Amino acid sequence: MTCPVSIMQRKNIVMGHGSGGKLSAQLVRDLFLPAFDNGYLRKLDDQAVFQAGSARLAFSTDSFVVTPLFFPGGNIGELAVNGTVNDLAMSGARPLFLSAAFIIEEGLEIDDLSRIVESMARAARAAGVSIVTGDTKVVDKGSADKLFITTSGVGLVPDGVAISASNVRPGDAVIVSGSIADHGMAVMSVRESMEFEGAILSDTAPLYSLVEAMLGAGEIHALRDPTRGGLATSLCEIASSSSVGFEIDSSAVLVREDVKGACEILGLDPLFVANEGKLVAFVAPDSCTAVLQAMRRTPRGSDACVIGRAVNDHRGMVLLKTEIGGTRVLDLPFSEQLPRIC
Amino acid sequence: MKYLDEYRDRRVAQKIVDEIKRIVTRPWVLMEVCGGQTHSIVKYGLDCLLPEQIELVHGPGCPVCVTSLEMIDRAHAIARMPGVIFCSFGDMLRVPGSNGDLFKIKSEGGNIRVVYSPLDCLKIARANPGKKVVFFAIGFETTAPANAMSVWQAKEQAIQNFSVLVSHVLVPPAVTGILDSPNNRVQGFLGPGHVCAISGWTEYEPIVERYKVPIVITGFEPIDILQGVLMCVRQLEQGRAELENGYARAVQREGNSTAQKMVDRVFRVCDRAWRGLGVIPQSGYGLAAEFADFDAERIFDVGRIHAVEPAVCMSGAILQGLRKPLDCPAFGKECSPENPLGATMVSAEGACAAYFNYGRHLVSISALAANG
Repeated sequence: MTCPVSIMQRKNIVMGHGSGGKLSAQLVRDLFLPAFDNGYLRKLDDQAVFQAGSARLAFSTDSFVVTPLFFPGGNIGELAVNGTVNDLAMSGARPLFLSAAFIIEEGLEIDDLSRIVESMARAARAAGVSIVTGDTKVVDKGSADKLFITTSGVGLVPDGVAISASNVRPGDAVIVSGSIADHGMAVMSVRESMEFEGAILSDTAPLYSLVEAMLGAGEIHALRDPTRGGLATSLCEIASSSSVGFEIDSSAVLVREDVKGACEILGLDPLFVANEGKLVAFVAPDSCTAVLQAMRRTPRGSDACVIGRAVNDHRGMVLLKTEIGGTRVLDLPFSEQLPRIC
Repeated sequence: MKYLDEYRDRRVAQKIVDEIKRIVTRPWVLMEVCGGQTHSIVKYGLDCLLPEQIELVHGPGCPVCVTSLEMIDRAHAIARMPGVIFCSFGDMLRVPGSNGDLFKIKSEGGNIRVVYSPLDCLKIARANPGKKVVFFAIGFETTAPANAMSVWQAKEQAIQNFSVLVSHVLVPPAVTGILDSPNNRVQGFLGPGHVCAISGWTEYEPIVERYKVPIVITGFEPIDILQGVLMCVRQLEQGRAELENGYARAVQREGNSTAQKMVDRVFRVCDRAWRGLGVIPQSGYGLAAEFADFDAERIFDVGRIHAVEPAVCMSGAILQGLRKPLDCPAFGKECSPENPLGATMVSAEGACAAYFNYGRHLVSISALAANG
């Protein structure tokens, strides 16, 4: 991965620092990591796993700033619950408890807040977690965009489970749990005021039950939920963390027809568009068939398929076999994906 | 997806590639004119499917790449002004001027909006009567009709807080400029499909005639591009130089007359500076006198702008196919997609950016291709 010039040479934060691409990686590498440096953080997983007495706990946090607050298939509240639940689940942990902090802009309609909180409660029940602590702040109008939510969560990692972004080995199968880019395009379709035939729905969903089924079926080396930055970003990060190469077959990656159409119209690559209810798994070759079958028996993994494998060549790099038979490199985007003029 | 999958079919692609391999007997240098075509070539890895004899040179048809530094600095100066809402196509946001890009201006408080259609700017103008809404009207013949329409509608609807900063460029003068260069290497062109959908191809007939060079109007899907290469190579191998239409589903000889009328009404042809190429006479559009009230260059006084391209950058030679990105001493060092010095590193479809993202991994890719 090529990182841009040091962040210290910039004067201001730009939107790209929150994009999940190279600028985000640079912010973490140059500013957060040196300041907070420790062994847990250095792993750059989506959660920290640590020993507490005889238990191994996973701990994670995530903030949600989506606009608009309500989008086809969900709202910011269930996103905030599922997001942290899934970050915990990606370590193999059973999510147990969440906190929820609300930063509310003066003027937000109580009715909207109520709908959001109710859907958070429903999402928590569905994911089997309790929201056990929280905080509320209200800021002047204009100081925030309606509502920001931060959730943190704790989960319990079962004995014998060792899942980390740095554990992938050459030969591992790469499995995606279903169609990609649904969430990003659902939000985008509302944001761009475009009406696509048959609304595209966000895929926001808790993934622990899927992970639980997978853990029982075989040897999982790494898991990621490809949210911001999409599937391509997750693959690039894991290739870097595990120092392996990936060979991915683009025709094996499932993209719904309406999502594909929306991406074509807006000039976006679905591989880089966010998901909120999908995971990508890196599975020992011997376990591939059993894990795939276990996934397909669950509602969240019924469309799971193998999209490629980890290799010993071109370490740190993801190569995509294109549908036409050519090959290209999938690289971490620099900043936000921008629609092209031509 | 209907109308797309047919043009991304692996078996059809292989048949065309096999046919190109069968007929090619010697090296040929072809230029794909459009940035969109370059993007498809890189995105689908088409160049690694073609036989070694075919060299594809990326042309000047990337509007983001060729907008002059002086014009970008002017745009940035306007975007920094208080009370301005500056609207732009998305990929222009990352194009650096002499002092940063539109993202930087946004981070410093500038009101920058990405639009898909210039007509969206009129909605923004109506919703923000106290602000001045400026649209950065860039692009080739393709974007000109919609951009012209926004100005025409603004005049019809008497929207007074809307203006356009026009930096339109035209393809035929750039193609002629490349062919006139004493060092020209290009032997055939994949013509600009979407540009010709608007303008037709009559302007290209005299170029074919005068320079004895094949031009095949080519689309943007992988099969379109491979088909364009095949048609071009076939002409070259047979010693023909003709204008052929490889994009019949979108392009007719006369083009789109309704769109042309709108463009003729709002714009006039003028000299235009191209980033990396310099001023090319009669190579762009400016606003016609009747629409001067909507000309952001007249409305906003940003003083004199003197922009100087970095001396080390050789993007002009690269845009003409004279040099390769790897010839440049700054390539991958001072100059990268994160910190571009010149036109061709600016946009993802610029030749240098394509080489940077793709060429540095060439060895691994050829190893993979060899393994099947």
